[in-house]
Amino acid sequence: MAEGVKARVKAPRTVAAGETVVIKTLISHQMESGQRKDSDGSLIPRSIINRFAVAYNGQNVIDVALAPAISTNPYFEFEAVIPEAGDMVFTWYDDDGSVYEEVKSIAIG
Amino acid sequence: ALMLPASAVRAAVEDKIAEFTGGADAGADGITLTTPEIAENGNTVPIEVEAPGAVEIMVVASANPTPDVARVSFGPLAGAQRLSTRIRLGGTQDVIAVAKMGDGSFRRAANTVKVTIGGCGG
Repeated sequence: MAEGVKARVKAPRTVAAGETVVIKTLISHQMESGQRKDSDGSLIPRSIINRFAVAYNGQNVIDVALAPAISTNPYFEFEAVIPEAGDMVFTWYDDDGSVYEEVKSIAIG
Repeated sequence: ALMLPASAVRAAVEDKIAEFTGGADAGADGITLTTPEIAENGNTVPIEVEAPGAVEIMVVASANPTPDVARVSFGPLAGAQRLSTRIRLGGTQDVIAVAKMGDGSFRRAANTVKVTIGGCGG
């Protein structure tokens, strides 16, 4: 697992049924592009998060394939429809095989 | 960063887009790509793309060492076909977004971003 990876998600706790909400996510990750060279002139190998998926109660919201052109600490903002109370599951997939998951519960009120 | 001749890079970008569209023509309506006119720091350039009714959107950077930036598919619970993120640009270039719509047609938008400090770390 890459060092010090930390995911942050901003999502509302309570919404009206059927409401569309804005979700913001950030994960700390160096997103090493594979284009940079170290002080000896050798290429630093690519090491990025290559996929980010969001599902609510098992139904897909967005699924993103990331290339090395996504900045350090990948940030995403998008919208989701919340039909009923449940859990939003955020999953980031690292080149090194690590999987980082965050869950936010949303209530109807 | 490795510099390829501009014509080769353009061809690679068009190939990448043709792979996504299957060679179909892309309309210019119904897709909005928002980028800064000038990015002082190419390491983190905010972009937003929206195409109501899209099932998938591909974003490419026309003059990066590799053109791929991101490809997003929208599921049944997407509240809008919109995504904002931050990207790396190696220098001044066009950012291109291509959307595949629910009816199988395509939409395309491109913006030029002037980059003061490149973000490829080469």
